[in-house]
Amino acid sequence: MKSFKYTRSTDAASAVQTVSANKGAKFLAGGTNLIDLMKEYVERPNELVDITRLNLAQINSVKGGVSIGALAKNTDTANHPLVRQNYPLLSQAILAGASAQLRNMATNGGNLMQRTRCQYFYDVAMPCNKREPGTGCGALEGLNRIHAIFGYSDKCVATYPGDMANALYALDARVKIRSANGQERTIPVQDFHRLPENNPEKDNNLQHGELIVAIELPKNNFANKSYYLKVRDRASYAFALVSVATALDVNKNQIKQARIVLGSVAHKPWRSLEAENILIGRPATDETFQQAAQMAMKDAKPLAHNAYKVELGKRAIVLALQKAMSGGTA
Amino acid sequence: MADEFEEFYKNLEEPELTADEKELLTQMPEIGELGESRRKFLGHAAAGGLGLFALQLLAQEQVLARMQTAEGALFAPVAEENVVAVRLQINGVEKSLNLDSRVSLLDALRERMALTGTKKGCDQGQCGACTVIVDGRRVLACLTLTASCEGKKVTTVEGLAQNDELHPMQAAFIKHDGFQCGYCTPGQLCSAVALLEEAKNGEASHATANLRTKARNLKLSGDEIRERMSGNICRCGAYPGIVAAIQEVHSGRETAQTWRFVSDEEIAALNTEEKADEIV
Repeated sequence: MKSFKYTRSTDAASAVQTVSANKGAKFLAGGTNLIDLMKEYVERPNELVDITRLNLAQINSVKGGVSIGALAKNTDTANHPLVRQNYPLLSQAILAGASAQLRNMATNGGNLMQRTRCQYFYDVAMPCNKREPGTGCGALEGLNRIHAIFGYSDKCVATYPGDMANALYALDARVKIRSANGQERTIPVQDFHRLPENNPEKDNNLQHGELIVAIELPKNNFANKSYYLKVRDRASYAFALVSVATALDVNKNQIKQARIVLGSVAHKPWRSLEAENILIGRPATDETFQQAAQMAMKDAKPLAHNAYKVELGKRAIVLALQKAMSGGTA
Repeated sequence: MADEFEEFYKNLEEPELTADEKELLTQMPEIGELGESRRKFLGHAAAGGLGLFALQLLAQEQVLARMQTAEGALFAPVAEENVVAVRLQINGVEKSLNLDSRVSLLDALRERMALTGTKKGCDQGQCGACTVIVDGRRVLACLTLTASCEGKKVTTVEGLAQNDELHPMQAAFIKHDGFQCGYCTPGQLCSAVALLEEAKNGEASHATANLRTKARNLKLSGDEIRERMSGNICRCGAYPGIVAAIQEVHSGRETAQTWRFVSDEEIAALNTEEKADEIV
C-alpha cells in the first residue's frame, strides 16, 4: 500500500476543506472498498481523512419522509424501524449485499461510492480506462461475463456493482451533498452515478472534495408491494450478475405506479421507464409482467460472454414483480 | 522482537548433526563462513529431521543475508511512515501503539501484540478468517485501519474464553466438530458469538421472511444461520458442524454429539480383523 497521511476529522466543514485542498486526498468511512483497492494499488491516495467520527449517522423521520445519515452503517440502516416499516425494499437490498461483517463496517455514503468489480479494473497489470485513463478497456474484448449490457461505451463496459443504490433509485431517493464552499446541494439518486462515455474514470457526478451527508427518502405507497431480487453465482456473499428492485402501487388489482430498476447491467442503476409504463393502468398479472420484462430488455446489447443476462434479467423482473405482489416477503 | 529470537536460540541445546550433514557442511565452504546463529538455525532445522531441506534453506538465506542492510538483523528494517498514535482496548487490556498509518488491525494484532489467534486468510475482505468484534460488532480486521480504532474495544478469539472456561460457542464447536484444519475457526467463532447478539436484538438478514415486523429474540432456522454466517468461508467444508454448534448455543437446546473417539477395544478388534484378512 502506498503510504498516506492519516487525519481524524471532527467536523464536516474541515473534512471537506482538507480533501478539497489536496487532489490526492480521500475521505475514509467504512473502508471496505477503499482499503481493499489501496492494498491492490488501484487506489493510491496520499492522504486519508477519517470521517467516521462526524455527526452524520442519524436516521430520522423528516417532513415528507425519512433522512438517512451518510455515515449510518449499512446494518443499522437496514434494521432501523423507520426503514424496515416504510422502505422494506431498501432493507432487502442492503441485506442482499456483502456479509454481516462488511455491512457492520460499510456506511451508506460509502456504499454509493463503491467502485466496479471489473477484474481488469482490479488487476493493475491489465489495461483499464477507469483506473488509468487512456490505457484501453481490457474487458471490451476480454472476459466480460459480469459486464454491462446497457449504456456502455468503447472506453468502458464495467458495471456499478452495488445493491443499495438500485433500491434508492426505485424509491426516488435524493443524495444530499456538502461542497467545499460550505453550501449543500441535492442530487436525485438517478443522477448520482453516470454512464462511462469518454471518461469512465468518473463513476459519479461528485466534485473532488464533496461529501455525501445524507440520503433523503420521500414518502411513497410502495411499502406493501416491493421486492429486491438478486441473482448471483452463489446464494450469499457475492456480487450480483443481475439484480432487480421492483415496487408497485396497486389499487383493486390495477397498477397505479411501478418501479423497475436493474442492477449490475450498466455503469449505473438502470431504470426502465418503458417497462414501468407497460405496467401502469394494467392488471397485475403474469402476462403484464412478461410484457414489461420484454420491454425492459428490448435495447440490451450483450457482449461476447454476457448474453445470458438478457434472459436472466427478463425472468428476474417477472419473479421480482410476482414477489412484490405477494407482499415482498423472501 | 529480535531479543526474543536471540533468547529463543540461546536456550536451544547445541544440535547434533548427522554424518551426512557434517559431510555436506564441509563440501559447502560458504556455509563454513556463517556466524553462530546461522549454524544454530541449520542445526535446529536438522534436529527436526529436515537436514537436506535445511541446507537448501540456508543457501537461500545466505542470498537474503547479503541483501540485509543492518549487520545481524533478523529482518530487514522497514521504515515507518506517517506514524499515528492509537489507544485502544484489546480483550479488556488498554494498549497504546504508534504505528504506520497503513497498518491494518489484523497486522497490529498479529505482529505488534502477538495475538496470532486472528488469522490472515485473503487479506482483502473475502474470507472472514480475520473477523474480530469491535465495539460489539463483528468486523473484518484486514480492512480496518488500526489508526481508525482510537478508543475502541476489540475482542479477538483470545478474549472469548473466561479464564480457563471456554466460551459456550467454543465448547460447541468442539462438540459438533465445527472445524477440520482450524484456520478459519477464530473468525467463525467471533462471527458466531456476535451473531447471537444480533439475533437477540432482532436484526434481520437476507433470509428473514418479513422485514416489516420486528421482533426481539429471534429463533433462527438453519437457513438463517447459514445466511448470517456466509461471510466466513471454510475451505475444509466443516459447515454442518458449524451450523449445529451455533444452533445449539443459540437455541439453548442440547443436541447429541454425533462423533466420538474410537475405543482401544475397537482398535484391537480392527487389528484382529486385518490379521484375519492377511491369513485369507
